[in-house]
Amino acid sequence: MSLPDSSVAPTASPSQPPSPSEGPGSIVLAARKLRVWYGTSLALKDVDIEIPRHQITALIGPSGCGKSTLLRCFNRMNDLVAGARMEGEIEFDGESIVGPGVDPVALRRRIGMVFQKPNPFPKSVYQNVAWGARINGYRGDMDELVERSLRRAALWDEVKNKLHRSGLELSGGQQQRLCIARTLAVEPEVILMDEPCSALDPISTARVEDLMDDLKDEYSIVIVTHNMQQARRVSDKTACLMLDESAKDGHRTGVIAEFSSTDRLFTNPVDPRTEAYITGRIG
Amino acid sequence: MSPSIAEPKYQPHRMARRWAGPLFGIACFLATLTGVLVLSVVLGAVIAAALRQPGAAPWYHLGTNLRELFDLLLGLVQKPQSSDPLRAGFRAGVVGSLWMLGLVGLMAIPVGVGAAVYLEEYIAPGALRRIIQTNIANLAGVPSIVYGILGLAVFVRAFGMKEYALGRTLIAGGLTLSLLVLPVIVISTQEALRTVPNSLRQAALALGATRWQMVRDHVLPAALPGILTGTILSLSRAIGETAPLLMVGAAGSIGVLPRSPFDRYTVLPVEIYNYAKNPKVQFQTVTAGGILILLLLLLTMNATAIIIRNRYARSG
Repeated sequence: MSLPDSSVAPTASPSQPPSPSEGPGSIVLAARKLRVWYGTSLALKDVDIEIPRHQITALIGPSGCGKSTLLRCFNRMNDLVAGARMEGEIEFDGESIVGPGVDPVALRRRIGMVFQKPNPFPKSVYQNVAWGARINGYRGDMDELVERSLRRAALWDEVKNKLHRSGLELSGGQQQRLCIARTLAVEPEVILMDEPCSALDPISTARVEDLMDDLKDEYSIVIVTHNMQQARRVSDKTACLMLDESAKDGHRTGVIAEFSSTDRLFTNPVDPRTEAYITGRIG
Repeated sequence: MSPSIAEPKYQPHRMARRWAGPLFGIACFLATLTGVLVLSVVLGAVIAAALRQPGAAPWYHLGTNLRELFDLLLGLVQKPQSSDPLRAGFRAGVVGSLWMLGLVGLMAIPVGVGAAVYLEEYIAPGALRRIIQTNIANLAGVPSIVYGILGLAVFVRAFGMKEYALGRTLIAGGLTLSLLVLPVIVISTQEALRTVPNSLRQAALALGATRWQMVRDHVLPAALPGILTGTILSLSRAIGETAPLLMVGAAGSIGVLPRSPFDRYTVLPVEIYNYAKNPKVQFQTVTAGGILILLLLLLTMNATAIIIRNRYARSG
């Protein structure tokens, strides 16, 4: 396992307080010695990863190696899986988000999530975007927020005339951008994306990828993908997860095989398993 | 090695196969027909009984017969109880049954839906949930007369504590019937909640919603058609129940219509039962008319359930 320095140095100027730096490339999320169990089966072992701010971090690896599990740990959505148990530390802006003292509901507003299959609410486009903001007590101009979120998700021009039609009438790609707009409307700091393009055609995929590139100026993005070309196209850093070969029979335990800048991981992988995976020999 | 043509490897029983399929289909069709046939015969017999009177039009005068049937039912709904078959009607029973419908709906639906939401959306899967679930499933199978005895002991008599006893009132009957339909409402609501896709729950929670906000704004609206269908069907079961109400004292004859939940009452099935016991042959018409009124009430409720389901299925 190698954890080279971030390719972009923290840009906190000396005049700023030394508390968690806000510049791009500083650490927004960090997992330390993270272990996740489902029942008695260890799903993730000793994961150490630092997610840089305002960059895109991709998680790649073969099926069942715990990429989605790791992603769901970051906003405590994994708590909802029956029998899931977490050990170790996850820090968000330098503060621990594990343990009984942390309210996952409050956390999830700050760390949004986009799912594999577009899952808009069976409500109007407008309500889809407005609902999250409303339940979180948004007091501003809702029309303005809905328009801003839809524009930010590059969907406004396509839906501005059907804001009050059902979100389910949109195409798959539009639905996924609606889900992104819905996430943006609660103004999170981090967006977790769990294979957001796997149900989309290549054109819709390209639009979502362009959108991610736009969004990273304001948001830190973590994306799980099976598509290595996608990881290579969009991400700044990539973590390659692998199944732990020392794990006992019948249990699939994921570990981080390699985590470095995307360029380096794809052009000059250090770990032989990573190299085998990205060249298509395994996985 | 390929098998030789003289000795093919596959030897389907061609004749048997050709006949078995259609035969099975016909058997299933006959099974379907049984229920429909029996119901039509019963309904026909009841209608015939309702129209049996001197000077009635022959059965093929459909228009006249329909008008007569309509007049008969309308008259029966308005007439009070009486020992004279020409003056006897079901006003007290219809009013009592409608009271009962409202009371059971008000008491059983919130409790039943609440229990189902707790079991599906809140409690973690495990031993406790399994125990509760098994209990509810068993309660749904308990014979209704047992609920009648329970209602008599708990609500009507309050275990002998006179100051708490409700007596033979509407509210005591309503509480008894609510207990009776509660397990059915819980189970059908659970079924409806299970049809709500998990992706919807995850979408809501990932936006920072609390469980209550998720249930209120997404899960319940999505499950509503199913909940309403199951609830209305269980209410129609409550309306048709006779045995437990005989137990908790739906009166055989009452002179004054109930005006509050703490009044004495009777219900349609009990009235039908009492009229049917009357030896005078003319009461057969009255009894048949009462059965038709009850059936119409139940069919209306079931039709409402179907309409609600279809409407939501289209728009959803």
